[in-house]
Amino acid sequence: MIVQLLINSVVVGSIYALMGLAMSITYKASEIPNFAQGEMAMFSTYITFVLLNSYGLPFSIALIGTLIFAFLLGFIFEFVFLRRAKEPNLLGFIIITLGFQMILYGLAGWKWGSDQRTFSLPFSESEVIFRTDHFVLTEHNIASIIIAFAIMIGLYLLLQHTKLGLAMKASQQNVNAAKFNGIPTNRILGISFGISAIVGAIAGILVAPISTLDPSMMWDPLLKGFAAAVLGGMKSLPGVVIGGLLLGLIENLFGFYISLEFKSVVAFVIIMMVLFIKPSGLFEKHYVRKV
Amino acid sequence: MLEIKNIETYYDKVKVLNGISFIAEEGKITAILGNNGAGKSTALNTILGLIKNQPEKGTILFNNKPIHLKNTENLISLGIAYVPEGREVFEELTVKENLLVGAYLRKNKKVIEKDIQKMYDHFPVLKDRMNQFAGTLSGGEQQMLAIARALMSNPKLILMDEPSLGLSPLLVKEIFKIIETINKKGITILLVEQNANMAFQVAHNVYIMENGKFVLNGTSEELANNEDVKEIYFGVKEIESLKGYKRYKSKRTWR
Repeated sequence: MIVQLLINSVVVGSIYALMGLAMSITYKASEIPNFAQGEMAMFSTYITFVLLNSYGLPFSIALIGTLIFAFLLGFIFEFVFLRRAKEPNLLGFIIITLGFQMILYGLAGWKWGSDQRTFSLPFSESEVIFRTDHFVLTEHNIASIIIAFAIMIGLYLLLQHTKLGLAMKASQQNVNAAKFNGIPTNRILGISFGISAIVGAIAGILVAPISTLDPSMMWDPLLKGFAAAVLGGMKSLPGVVIGGLLLGLIENLFGFYISLEFKSVVAFVIIMMVLFIKPSGLFEKHYVRKV
Repeated sequence: MLEIKNIETYYDKVKVLNGISFIAEEGKITAILGNNGAGKSTALNTILGLIKNQPEKGTILFNNKPIHLKNTENLISLGIAYVPEGREVFEELTVKENLLVGAYLRKNKKVIEKDIQKMYDHFPVLKDRMNQFAGTLSGGEQQMLAIARALMSNPKLILMDEPSLGLSPLLVKEIFKIIETINKKGITILLVEQNANMAFQVAHNVYIMENGKFVLNGTSEELANNEDVKEIYFGVKEIESLKGYKRYKSKRTWR
């Protein structure tokens, strides 16, 4: 049974990690916790659903379409809503993200209704690939893990080995210095929001088959992803991934051995404990500014 | 090369620059001296467009083209680089990545790689630490990195804001030697300094700023012999009166 628990932990953990990464990328770039991230992911998942079911496109094309849509959604959100804020402060930004979340939630409810739909992917939750007496491994399990880790590796390569990644890191660390080295920091910020929306959309597509497709489907993954990000340290991407996996593990073990009813409360107990003990998260490290 | 006419800059309602004009001639080192709060750094930040919606009045010409109210990013592509006060290196990027950021607007990877090697030759310390985070470098090393980063954009003009800040006298000498070498390669330098001694040694032209205004300017030789400059910036004592004591506080001639 423990093996099954581990598998489930890694699957949900990597989804939490993806949501956490999405939060963390924008947080690092702008210091804004983007609470619309979940609804942006939900909306993108609906786009996949529409492309698949209404237009009958093959999955690969629907996926590419969704990712492009997600990127534009993130970019436009930054360009149209956040950048227009006059004399902005953090509270104002948070309200804007909450407002955008409500707009997307309302739009999705109006366009697609609040009924729960089933969402099927080429890799289904019911196709068992591997079965022993102790555990079952489904297609969806494997696909989730592979896709999530591919995204993480992709992000790592993007940040460590491309010019765009370098520009993103530089703008995160010191906007002014990035500017006077010729980096168009505003555009880079928009791109960061776009990339985080892509990561979120993939998390949404992976969540939909194991829960249902409805406008509020991302609330739980978003908050858990946020918890994972806080646990690992909002500004450390590897920390967020480890935080996500750790949260998945703790949650599943708690659910099995202690109480299933309180399973989803665990995440928030963890957030509070982290904030009490090590507010910067478990893995965040920073160089103290020398004068 | 860089010509500034009647700049007025405000921070909210406080007027910091009170209509300043100056020219940084091509191929020369121009220094702006002044005490704390005179507005030297503000002048540089205004030129670079780092202060939102400023200057309120005046024009800034670079190679006879107006550049005020342009985005900072666009100035860099014209050939202006900046070595900021307090270095502002990217602390959590490696030394090499910092140099790459400096070359952000350039396309040819081979040439960039060559230039990085050149920087390593100029600043051997940086080569030893190329894979270290810039935040772990000492102050002097960070200053060299900031200068190297500025050079990576292949600039025609470098604006430097107090490169001697917080460095030991030996390092200050080294930094100023570097500044002279850069200048000899034909790069124009606009230097803002508090260290009058060193600035007078390297600069061709000197402007002296007080309370957001230029009060005096000329070649460094001219100004070094000016009585007021001698007294205020070099601490040379005035001649005592015949009776053997100072009868009044000497007035600066520029007021």
